[in-house]
Amino acid sequence: MADSTETQTERAPLPLGPNPRFITENFEVPGIDQIEVYRAHGGYEALAKALKSFQPDELVEEVKKSGLRGRGGAGFATGLKWSFLPKESPKPRYLCVNGDESEPGTFKDRMIMEVSPHLLVEGVIIASYATKVHHAFIYVRGELLKAGLQVERAVREAVEAGFIGKDILGSGFDLAITVHHGAGAYICGEESALLESLEGKRGYPRLKPPFPAVVGLYSGPTVINNVETLAALPAIARYGADAYAAYGTEKSKGTRVYCLSGHVNRPGNYEAPLGLSLRTLIEDLGGGMRDGRAVKAIIPGGSSSPMLGADKLDLPLDYEAVAAAGSMLGSAGVIVVDDQTCIVGATLRMSEFYRDESCGKCTPCREGTFWLVQLVERLEAGEGRESDIDLLLDICDNMFGKCFCPLGDAATSCIVSSIKLFRDEYIHHVREHACLVGPGATRAHATAEAHAR
Amino acid sequence: MVSEALKAQMRETVARYPLARSAMLPCLHLAQDELGYLPDEAIVAVAEAIGVKSDEVESVVTFYSMFHQEPKGRHVIKVCASVSCYLMGCDAVIDRLERRLGVRRGETTPDGRFTLEAVECLAACGMAPALQVNGEFVEQVSPERAERLVTFLEEGGDMAQVRNYWRQFSDGAGMATETEIGVTTEASDNGVSNTKKVR
Repeated sequence: MADSTETQTERAPLPLGPNPRFITENFEVPGIDQIEVYRAHGGYEALAKALKSFQPDELVEEVKKSGLRGRGGAGFATGLKWSFLPKESPKPRYLCVNGDESEPGTFKDRMIMEVSPHLLVEGVIIASYATKVHHAFIYVRGELLKAGLQVERAVREAVEAGFIGKDILGSGFDLAITVHHGAGAYICGEESALLESLEGKRGYPRLKPPFPAVVGLYSGPTVINNVETLAALPAIARYGADAYAAYGTEKSKGTRVYCLSGHVNRPGNYEAPLGLSLRTLIEDLGGGMRDGRAVKAIIPGGSSSPMLGADKLDLPLDYEAVAAAGSMLGSAGVIVVDDQTCIVGATLRMSEFYRDESCGKCTPCREGTFWLVQLVERLEAGEGRESDIDLLLDICDNMFGKCFCPLGDAATSCIVSSIKLFRDEYIHHVREHACLVGPGATRAHATAEAHAR
Repeated sequence: MVSEALKAQMRETVARYPLARSAMLPCLHLAQDELGYLPDEAIVAVAEAIGVKSDEVESVVTFYSMFHQEPKGRHVIKVCASVSCYLMGCDAVIDRLERRLGVRRGETTPDGRFTLEAVECLAACGMAPALQVNGEFVEQVSPERAERLVTFLEEGGDMAQVRNYWRQFSDGAGMATETEIGVTTEASDNGVSNTKKVR
């Protein structure tokens, strides 16, 4: 399964060496968040090139050719998404940047916004030019205060330098950018809920269709892109679509910023070509497992993606391979769980997240997430019944594909996958009133004893 | 309590958006930053600034977790309790803070100095466990460090100094700060040499 990366390296000479860092290239440069330093390292040259060498529609084609796909979670082709905007529309069109990063296990967008906000701003201007948008909104998650302030300052500096405003660099292209701070709601990372929030409402998802490309912000045609997606645009404009597409796998081009967390020695953000194997990420980049433990499970794309067992370590991390293995690459938030972790406890913690963040608009999600937690809680405490395990799967079946937005589906991922892989552990909780492994064993035991009294 | 200056700031904010209602969250943030919470009069002021009924503003306030209609402590400590921090032991951090502060999560100390909260993923999973004090990150925090942070704040310490504080008192090597970018791996022989840890 690791073949895809190897064939890739054998196929053609790589224009920028084996490991280009299209996004994080200058992230170690002190002061790269300041416009002078950013420009001294080639910043805003890609914008100048894009404005000068490409007509907007040509730029859309170039991005299509690069193979860039959305880095927020769904992985939809970026250029294709742009081309869904109607050619003519009586209403103004908008670009909304999704900086509402809150998927558990994901911390790349926060880094990009805090460390190199101008990279994002440059990407936003390029995307706005390509999609003929004259007002872009950057929606930054409210809790990420520093990220929001960094982006705000970068926009101010870019306005002063003439990269935002009227007739940018003599191109005749006008653009305004507004930075908008969220206020604490995971659901606002869902694109239509983000639009509702930006319109000053509760963050309830909208019914689709119509899709935002047709009826979006203020009912105008709207494109919504993730921070990392847009941060890849300056490199694509600078090096060309072919150079970008020379990396990655057949259908998953370029690089990704993998967010590695959990029981590894060196957790952190690592940019590498798509198709990097989980083993390379964990063992070579992440320095292996903490305390020499073994891998028990991997959650490859944020907590909304189904977990995989240790037998999948050679899986290449690209959209297709991870999907074929029964999970999804999602936000590339790779959470590594070691063999001393009680899977029921970890699943409970993930389930609580979806219960707390369900917006309450649709019944299957609002009720389902609540009952899932009730049942997993009971099992974790050693007070469950064996029939609870199938009841959990039954509830998941009643939620999956039947909720208003993807949050409901996401809530079922950890439950279904953990039962599939570690059913024994659930059964152990029922029969022995204790966890199979880890310190949770004592807790479950103690709780069960207390209950018996 | 809602000053004229605050009302003027709200009007300016409204003017930045194509539609006044879009200024809802920004105006609520302005009011909460100034007043510390969102009393009824703040909600009325926001309603006036954007031209909607105050009920509509309140319905928005109750949806978003960062808005609160009751005052909180001077230092609001939000400990991430989501899965990556859970795997790295955030529950022990929360337990220790509960004991140290004498309150449960979600509560404020009687002297009004601290509010302790367990919150959803703060996008700091690579530096877990993580917490925020009034929006500023403190990462890789052990129960002991959390306790020392409380002492530091009780003694009038300023969050702007916390990074130095950690350097000084850190009991683990390589205590990372939020602006430091660790470059930890230089080379490997698997086709991904030069791939560095960027955060």
